[in-house]
Amino acid sequence: MEGLVKRYPKSPVNAVDGVTFSVERGEVFGLLGPNGAGKTTTIGILTTRVRRTDGVARVGGIDVTRDPVRARTQLAVVPQRTNLDRSLSIRQNLIFHAAYHRVPAAERNRRADELLELFGLRDRGDDKPDYMSGGQSQRIMIARSMMHTPQVLFLDEPSTGLDPAARLFVWDRVRDLRDRGTTIVITTHDMDEAATLTERVGIMDHGKLLALDRPEALTRSLPGKTTLEVALAGADGNMDAAVAALARLDGVERLEQLEGSGGQVRLYVAGDAPLMVAPVAGALSGFGITLSDVKIGEPSLEDVFINLTGRALR
Amino acid sequence: MSAPGVDVPRTSAPGVFLAVLWRDVFVTGRELPVFLAQVILQPLFMLFVFGKVLSSLGYTRPGYAHLLFPGVVALTALLTSLQSTALPLVLEFSFTKEIEDRLLAPIPTALVAVEKIVFAAMRALIAAIFMFPIGVLILGSVPWRSRGAPEFAVILVLGALVGSAMGLTMGTLVPPNRISIAFSLVLTPLLFTGCSQYPWPTLDRLRWFQVVTAFNPLTYVSEGMRGALVPGVDHIRPWVCVVALLFSLAVFAAIGIRGFIRRAID
Repeated sequence: MEGLVKRYPKSPVNAVDGVTFSVERGEVFGLLGPNGAGKTTTIGILTTRVRRTDGVARVGGIDVTRDPVRARTQLAVVPQRTNLDRSLSIRQNLIFHAAYHRVPAAERNRRADELLELFGLRDRGDDKPDYMSGGQSQRIMIARSMMHTPQVLFLDEPSTGLDPAARLFVWDRVRDLRDRGTTIVITTHDMDEAATLTERVGIMDHGKLLALDRPEALTRSLPGKTTLEVALAGADGNMDAAVAALARLDGVERLEQLEGSGGQVRLYVAGDAPLMVAPVAGALSGFGITLSDVKIGEPSLEDVFINLTGRALR
Repeated sequence: MSAPGVDVPRTSAPGVFLAVLWRDVFVTGRELPVFLAQVILQPLFMLFVFGKVLSSLGYTRPGYAHLLFPGVVALTALLTSLQSTALPLVLEFSFTKEIEDRLLAPIPTALVAVEKIVFAAMRALIAAIFMFPIGVLILGSVPWRSRGAPEFAVILVLGALVGSAMGLTMGTLVPPNRISIAFSLVLTPLLFTGCSQYPWPTLDRLRWFQVVTAFNPLTYVSEGMRGALVPGVDHIRPWVCVVALLFSLAVFAAIGIRGFIRRAID
């Protein structure tokens, strides 16, 4: 998509504001950003449900604005909220979906059985969606989206509201699909999900794409390769002076005082973080302050987001 | 999103349309008794009270029941189709979102709206035809002329289509939280200004009301039905009814389909 813009009527700002990116065939691509960043609207445009204000969006080479009908043969969507057909059983949901996409009758029965098995829903095939938990609905919707073997699958916040086991299950299915050559676009506000699952991730905020790269490359681009989080205890009067001293230490590239946690400080360090513990402790002792906790971490996508926008993801 | 030059499957609009229509037929088919009870109760009571009770008590002239019956068939057709599009659409769009899967079917969105019109009209035809055995049961006999059958069929189909197009207009233009208010405000006047219970030409004694009824599409369904089934009763000429109904269909279908697309695509 190139220069995509969406402005909703009566809204003073663009929900999607000049976004350009492309996804390779067979790639797992993530859009990461807080709620309201424009991720779902972007997906809406690509899946023909939202009319773009400006720009070009193509799915599988097809312009979604000029030829939405053919674009729909190429794509499938798993939305945030369940939209299963409540008048149909689980199995019928799959079969009718395939019928809408002109999958021949024998083939749709075979695929439905296969997918119900794969998703551990074989015994639930005749149940109605009303009796399903959030995780089960999510699984059924993914199974449904696979019924017409789309080229591109859009997953909007796939693991919101899922328990950890259900989340891992969804992740496994996403990897299966990628292995079969399906292109997958995921929106998420969960940086773990973006980091674990996607090959490249675009960071969105206020309708703009702020950065786009592989998750490792994004985190590596941060000043300071690793972080050292320290909790300080001791003389309160010296705290500010102590923190300033830490920032001046050799090897500390950047220092961040963590919000609302008093003596919590995060140091972005150039070298190995563990080697910095001794110099930090040494610097603090002069102020009568001791270390009460030390945590060593690689910078995460959350840090990338903070670095780009100056605020936390959630 | 991925490389161009992909082998893209061809789409077939009629095939997808039939699959979407089949979904509605399939779902309603399983609930046929509930559906019939739901749509037939109101005309049944109208036929019973106006056609049977009042005439048994001597409040209506002999022959009134046969004048009433075509009007009740007309009312059943139009109101059934109106209710079959408006309410389910509000639910599917706003609450269950279950229509989304069909909106993503490879078919122009306008055709999904047309499917809603066609399906609601099919329901209405079934309900209207059911009025015949019910009429026989309540009134003892109902008017029928095989020579009027083609005219009856044309008016019935048009009436059902107009009703569903009106329902589509209501269901997509009225905000979901207002739909029950809209229904009570629209349905009752529609029910009583549609010449179901009285022939239009006799209204010249009540001129202002005659003018009001001329704006209700149901009037032309009722009058067309009388022309087909009881031509002895004064009625609006059939071609006028057909033209008026075609005009209403064009207007409401155009507004309804546009409203549907606006709901379907942001």
